[in-house]
Amino acid sequence: MDVDWGLFWSSLWPITRAGLLGTIPLALISFALGLLIALAVALMRISGNRVLAGAARAYVSVIRGTPLLVQLFVIFYGLPSVGLVIDPWPSAIIAFSLNVGGYAAEVIRASILSVPKGQWEAGHTIGMSRGKTLQRIILPQAARVSVPPLSNTFISLVKDTSLASLILVTELFRKAQEIAAFSQEFMLLYLEAALVYWVFCLVLSSGQSHLERRLGRHVAH
Amino acid sequence: MSPTDPTPPRSGDDGRGASGGRVLTVSGLRKSFGGNQVLKSIDLAVDQGQVLTLIGPSGSGKTTVLRCLNGLEVPDAGTVAFRGGPTVDFGGQVKRRQLMALRDRSAMVFQHYNLFPHMTVLQNIIEGPVQVQKRPKAEVVHEAEELLARMGLAGKRNDYPAQLSGGQQQRVGIVRALALRPSLLLFDEPTSALDPELVGEVLTAIKELAEEGWTMVMVTHELAFAREVASEVVFMDGGVVVERGHPDVVLRNPRQERTRQFVHRLLNPF
Ligand SMILES: Nc1ncnc2c1ncn2[C@@H]1O[C@H](COP(=O)(O)OP(=O)(O)O)[C@@H](O)[C@H]1O
Ligand SMILES: [Mg+2]
Repeated sequence: MDVDWGLFWSSLWPITRAGLLGTIPLALISFALGLLIALAVALMRISGNRVLAGAARAYVSVIRGTPLLVQLFVIFYGLPSVGLVIDPWPSAIIAFSLNVGGYAAEVIRASILSVPKGQWEAGHTIGMSRGKTLQRIILPQAARVSVPPLSNTFISLVKDTSLASLILVTELFRKAQEIAAFSQEFMLLYLEAALVYWVFCLVLSSGQSHLERRLGRHVAH
Repeated sequence: MSPTDPTPPRSGDDGRGASGGRVLTVSGLRKSFGGNQVLKSIDLAVDQGQVLTLIGPSGSGKTTVLRCLNGLEVPDAGTVAFRGGPTVDFGGQVKRRQLMALRDRSAMVFQHYNLFPHMTVLQNIIEGPVQVQKRPKAEVVHEAEELLARMGLAGKRNDYPAQLSGGQQQRVGIVRALALRPSLLLFDEPTSALDPELVGEVLTAIKELAEEGWTMVMVTHELAFAREVASEVVFMDGGVVVERGHPDVVLRNPRQERTRQFVHRLLNPF
């Protein structure tokens, strides 16, 4: 197979640019919103309130039991038939946030539960309420435990944003598809897209190690 | 109380000073877990500057008593009254606010220290006074440093708990409790998680606090310590107080057979 290096180099920036302006913001915004949802859902599950805990469990079950692509299509292609039309970008952000919320909720719940009960009691004995103990004592310790699994969730999300190309969001993969359709060089362009995703994920992984070291400062040296 | 003391009592009402007067009155305290009745009507009274030690076999309810006093456990019945605070009657409906008020009066030192691992020594100590009691940070830091120095921990303020020995961690735990300026210090077997060679340094620190006039309730198996420091020894078994009195009586010439057996077993383990 002859490699059209000229096409490779000329398309590298447009694809990377679509990644930086499409894929990464989409992943970052969805992840941030997803974490907020996840924290709320995790707290509902451990609240001891049966109604809240039940609702949270149902949410997690639906999100984890259905394909992300189907969730995306329900929001973008399905909702208009009940009169709710949402643009591609907001649709993608809603779908990805809800999806991250479902997966990260379990991670956050498990890491909150992994903090020893004595830490809650120490918080109470210095006069803190439940909320304050959670905020000042429990969550900082839970955060450290949850960095590795949440980083994996984030890296999966970065790759999953390629599904947004199917609802017309201009991100990395859609840009590669456009150039491929135009030049008919499918193998080259799709491998090039894979390469750019890979580099993004390598950079994110090194960021993860950095964060783990920073949060792990207080552990015995 | 020495005039140079860095921690002037909160409205003349913290845990120190042998001026007498009742600090804590507990009566009819009951607590069950499921069908298991762990405390069957406990009465206690502690005067200012007194050291009350709770002894008794494992499972007799000693920890549960301390936890009830500190509001970590809600008793089923009984009243708890601290001087200068409300009398909380657990027979009726108890509001969260009352539990918090109760908690403000005492501070607990845990068997396993329970320091906050993500905070430095100094942060552990000032967290309650600054975040909860809203006292000025500079003042609290100054006080914390004085307390650390007195506990032989000068220079450890920026260490994390994991960098300290067990004895050092427990002394930080004690400073964390002192910094809250409680009326009453509660100790739950403060030395039983320590390596034997580290027990002495922690007991010495507690003894010094007793000599300064801090009022305390301490669960311990260190009978030599109880004999020397305690004003009163309370022997519990099966959720009731079996015998109480001066350490010379309870530990040397107990009136009850159960007390005699327990003390004998502790002094002659095999
Ligand atoms: N949270 C709890 N749930 C159920 N049982 C408990 C709980 N805490 C203590 N107990 C039971 O209460 C009894 C007394 O416990 P504890 O107060 O810890 O005794 P001690 O400190 O004297 O060893 C034990 O039988 C223990 O199993
Ligand atoms: Mg105990």
